[in-house]
Amino acid sequence: MGLLTIDAENLYYRDLNAKIKEAVRKQNIKKIIIKNARGQRFIGTGLQEKDVEIIVESGVPGNDLAMFMDGPTIKVLNNAQDGIGNTMNNGKVFVHGDAGDVIAYGMRNGKIFIKGSAGYRIGIHMKEYKEMIPSIVIGGKTGDFLGEYMAGGIILVLGLTKDENPIVGRYCATGMHGGVIYLRTDKVPTYLGKEVKVFELNEGDKAKVKELVEEFCSEFKEYNSNDILNGKFIKLIPVSKRPYGRLYSPGNHFPLPEENYFSNKKVDIEKYYY
Amino acid sequence: MFKNSLLYPEKDISNCGLAGFINKDKKRVDGSIITKIIANQHDRGNGLGGGFAVYGLYPEYEDKYVFHLMYEHQKAEEETESFLNKFFRVIKSEEIPTRQIEEIKNSPLHYRYFVELSDEKKPASLSLLSEEDYVVNRTIEINKNIDGAFVVSSGKNFAAFKGVGFPEDISKFFMLENYKGYAWTAHNRFPTNTPGWWGGAHPFTLLDFSIVHNGELSSYGINKRYVEMFGYECTMLTDSEVVAYLVDLLVRKHRLPFKVVCDIFSPPTWDYINNIEDKEIKEYHKKLRIVYGSALLNGPFGFIIGFNGGLVGLSDRIKLRPLVVVESGNTTYLSSEESSVLEVCNKIDSVWHPKAGEPVFAFYNDYKGE
Repeated sequence: MGLLTIDAENLYYRDLNAKIKEAVRKQNIKKIIIKNARGQRFIGTGLQEKDVEIIVESGVPGNDLAMFMDGPTIKVLNNAQDGIGNTMNNGKVFVHGDAGDVIAYGMRNGKIFIKGSAGYRIGIHMKEYKEMIPSIVIGGKTGDFLGEYMAGGIILVLGLTKDENPIVGRYCATGMHGGVIYLRTDKVPTYLGKEVKVFELNEGDKAKVKELVEEFCSEFKEYNSNDILNGKFIKLIPVSKRPYGRLYSPGNHFPLPEENYFSNKKVDIEKYYY
Repeated sequence: MFKNSLLYPEKDISNCGLAGFINKDKKRVDGSIITKIIANQHDRGNGLGGGFAVYGLYPEYEDKYVFHLMYEHQKAEEETESFLNKFFRVIKSEEIPTRQIEEIKNSPLHYRYFVELSDEKKPASLSLLSEEDYVVNRTIEINKNIDGAFVVSSGKNFAAFKGVGFPEDISKFFMLENYKGYAWTAHNRFPTNTPGWWGGAHPFTLLDFSIVHNGELSSYGINKRYVEMFGYECTMLTDSEVVAYLVDLLVRKHRLPFKVVCDIFSPPTWDYINNIEDKEIKEYHKKLRIVYGSALLNGPFGFIIGFNGGLVGLSDRIKLRPLVVVESGNTTYLSSEESSVLEVCNKIDSVWHPKAGEPVFAFYNDYKGE
């Protein structure tokens, strides 16, 4: 159970990531502390060791942190940049500051906790399969396109900032067809995706939110979980699992109508919808 | 023109990095600072374009226009020099010092000219033109009519240095550590739709307006036709060039404040405008979209505009490119990546991410404009 400290100043991202991989895979190191991160990309990418912890102690790590990651825990004690948890498969990421755009893109499992705010396009194309359910918790607020085309998983936005901005930007949940978004607010976001409806939380939702908030507060200790849970929450879930299922490709498994694009007869497009 | 030697093959993956900073008290710093910042973003480019804009670098010629020129061949130099001598009083002309390094290949010739206007050199037919229009028109004329000659910059107390290579190599090539300025911007290019050639590197400039741009303008065709109606000619084979001309048109000729110019470039969508409750604001946005629809910039972009009053940062209205602002004392940094600012700044007061289409204004303390 070894510890390795790396000073990343003037270290190219490939060299840094090679060092991390070698430490984890050849030297059985379980904890890596990175100092003076200078935007090195892909930290933690593809690592599969569940008991490994990487702490970015100072500086700002680069884009695509924890991309394809499948097990380890990464803690960033400062801000982080764009593309965290891209197609992440398992493990945990904690960011003690703000994060950039496109966080958790296509995320498949694991958890991401951002203490501050995050940018645009958070949780796009997140997905789930059986027991693999990814979650992302944003302590602050987010920009436009939160959960766009989301297919599964959980997004929780707490809105714990004092600014006047709405808790999420515009076009939230556009094209969403799976998973759930919880927002700690009593205001329905404007320009909400047409594919979702707003609900109150049921007991199951409350338990899920409580679990995530408690984990959030156990890392970001200045917050108290009871204070957060006392706020009002709303839930967004899609009203159709496959909103566009028959729009473009009726496919062989549906009976094709006699009138088709090659005939002059008018196609009654309504028939193609569920 | 630029048919052979200066053209490099295209690549088709998009990125680009940009950075800039301004000392609001006009304290001058040398080019090694901006070089460190942009070198941190090395992987955002692919070596097919790097460049820098610097303000306040020629204090001894503060009131003179400085033409930085790029020549493909000696003949272009001769033609351009006689052109400049015909239309301006040339105070000083010299080759721009360069350091020959392995990384920079096929460099054109680089010259600079400090010039001033004089009544006897101004043809009678052009006597009604304002000083700036006169300089702008001569700049466009060189780019358009002199084969193998390209104006890199033409403003006062301002210059651009650019070429094919990574920005840190371009900086080494032009020995930017020997120049001092109170505002710098830099660009690391990853050409996508247009060739990586010397003139196509950023920044693009006109007078003291400069632009470094990450992204692509799908509205280029409309924007180009629009500026052409006002006599601007796009000659650099790259979409970003048109922004420099739009800024000159809107800021200098139409006298619009930068706030309004940014609302023209990145306007709210119509569905948003229709829902604005405040009548005046609604009318304002409607009018801008109707009058200046052809100056709307569509497609992903983040850019930094420089001019003699400061820097302006802007992203597109759905934030398809990153832009982060770091404040430290009297210096404001704008960058594609926060981490790159850490290379030169260890006392950060605040970091913030502007919203989509939200402009960032970083003006000198003594600047009176808006």
